[in-house]
Amino acid sequence: MKTKFDIPKTVPIKKIIVETPFVKTFIFEYELGARPGQFVNLWLPGVDEKPMSVAYCDEKEFWVTMFAVGPFSKAMHELKEGDLVGVRGPYGKGFSFEKDWRLVGMGGGYGAAPLYFLTVEAVKLGCHVDFVVGARGKEHLLYIDRVKKLKNVDIHIATDDGSVGIKGYNTVILQQLIEEAKSGSSKKIDMVYACGPEMMMKTISNICFEHGINAELSVERYMKCGFGVCGQCSVDDSGIRMCKEGPVVSNEVARKITEFGRYHRDSVGRVHEF
Amino acid sequence: MNIKKVIARGEGAGFGFESFARACLNSGDVIFCEMVMTDLKTEFCGVKFENPLVVASGVLGVTGASLRFCVENGAGGVTTKSIWLVEHKGHKSPVIIANEHYMLNAVGVPDAGIEKAKIELGKYMKNKPAPLIANIIAGKVDDYAEIAEKVTELGPDIIEVNISCPNVEDELGRPFACSRKDAARVTEVVRKRTKLPIVIKLSPNVESIVEIARACVDAGADGICAINTVGPGMAIDIGARAPILANKVGGLSGPAIKPLSIKAVYDIHKALPKVPIIGTGGIITGEDAIEMIMAGATLVGMGTAVYYRDVKCFGMAADEMRAWCEKNGVKSLDEIRGAAHGKG
Repeated sequence: MKTKFDIPKTVPIKKIIVETPFVKTFIFEYELGARPGQFVNLWLPGVDEKPMSVAYCDEKEFWVTMFAVGPFSKAMHELKEGDLVGVRGPYGKGFSFEKDWRLVGMGGGYGAAPLYFLTVEAVKLGCHVDFVVGARGKEHLLYIDRVKKLKNVDIHIATDDGSVGIKGYNTVILQQLIEEAKSGSSKKIDMVYACGPEMMMKTISNICFEHGINAELSVERYMKCGFGVCGQCSVDDSGIRMCKEGPVVSNEVARKITEFGRYHRDSVGRVHEF
Repeated sequence: MNIKKVIARGEGAGFGFESFARACLNSGDVIFCEMVMTDLKTEFCGVKFENPLVVASGVLGVTGASLRFCVENGAGGVTTKSIWLVEHKGHKSPVIIANEHYMLNAVGVPDAGIEKAKIELGKYMKNKPAPLIANIIAGKVDDYAEIAEKVTELGPDIIEVNISCPNVEDELGRPFACSRKDAARVTEVVRKRTKLPIVIKLSPNVESIVEIARACVDAGADGICAINTVGPGMAIDIGARAPILANKVGGLSGPAIKPLSIKAVYDIHKALPKVPIIGTGGIITGEDAIEMIMAGATLVGMGTAVYYRDVKCFGMAADEMRAWCEKNGVKSLDEIRGAAHGKG
């Protein structure tokens, strides 16, 4: 039996970056060993513990980008560099890619952060990445400046208010990229990756299915243990666990998740429609 | 001419025989063949299970689909997460921590209540893949009666009554399983409201689990499930200088508690040899399950095994049980049930 350790270990925050008035990135000096698409459980003693996407990870540190939306993230935003946060993980299945691929990363809102990590790792393997983000407006865009510094990446932006990029959904951009690739004016798309609001991912799932393009989607569900025991994040009808068989699933698997794009469950297991 | 004996075991035994017999025919040897095929089929309270390994309550039991997923991975039966009459909020996180030796949990028995159970169990009952044990819980004796009646209507095979959760207590601040009187009262009211077999899940954190078991059986229980988690215990983060679980304390389970669960089952079986037992607590492998059956269990609950070996633990343990039995010439688990009581 291999050594297992799933007890949070407190680590000081090395650095806090203010991204926007409501978004901060927390950097921890800790060898997490996460792959793009995996998540980490962060514990704030006396407050709560929550699963968070990993926005970047190398041998020395990992990053988590967080919007101050609930009691946990608001409490995180109150912290200073040097404060302790419990860490356990990494958990879940991440994104898959191979060298020299053409990737299209579809990020909705804060979904851009994990796709940044994917982009960093993919370009190292000689991949080309179309980094497609959608946000409410210019002030909500994340990670664009960091992505700009990477080679072999094209950035495409869509905003609800049209303050930057095209006005509308980022899925319109995906349609265009697919049309171009199909017509032969650009390279074949090997895989589309999506992270963001479920209705956006549902649309992406449909588009990729119609065009016969492979896709991987990060499906978020209420999680507790993170290691596949509590059953909180099991989805209908297959019963697979998003903390273990997910959160990243292939489009084939996503399309067999009957609740995908329809409903999810809360902390007591009750169903809520999207 | 030589006289030879051959024992063929398990799947492919027939094929092995044939080739061996042909070789012997050519040499003119005489052979005696014995074929061992182990059947793990188990009957518990009149309910038939393909194998004795059941999903313990609290693990992968939030939804009907999740329970089906366990059967697909080899479980012989499933137990729901504890069902409350009305919504019961769990604790804040962290609710579960674990390492290679143990698991510590204080999930707080969250559940949306009987209406949600109706939906989820309905999904499981449709083309039911394996027997269903519905685990019920309540904070008051009268509520146990009502939840028992309502759950019975959903059509499970067995009702398991959780009176031993260390996170839920009676008005005196202790689980019902801590006193003979409380345990018997709960058993009595449930008995009156259902014709289904009832199994009472007991706590190891008592002076004499045997006396509590006896009180439950006298009050009408058909079987006993032993044991619930041990403790409670605590883990402190030395950096934060604070307990890690949000509830501060939690029930201990996993490999570390197996000697306790084995002894509890051994003691109960010794005192009440006719009472069928679901033995649970730190059972990870097929050998662990055999050990539990030798202590006297009929069914074997597995929970933390999902952490150590993932959901495929059920099928793996069933295969290991079959392999052990075939190697040791055991054709049916009835041959070894309570075997440890014969010696020492």
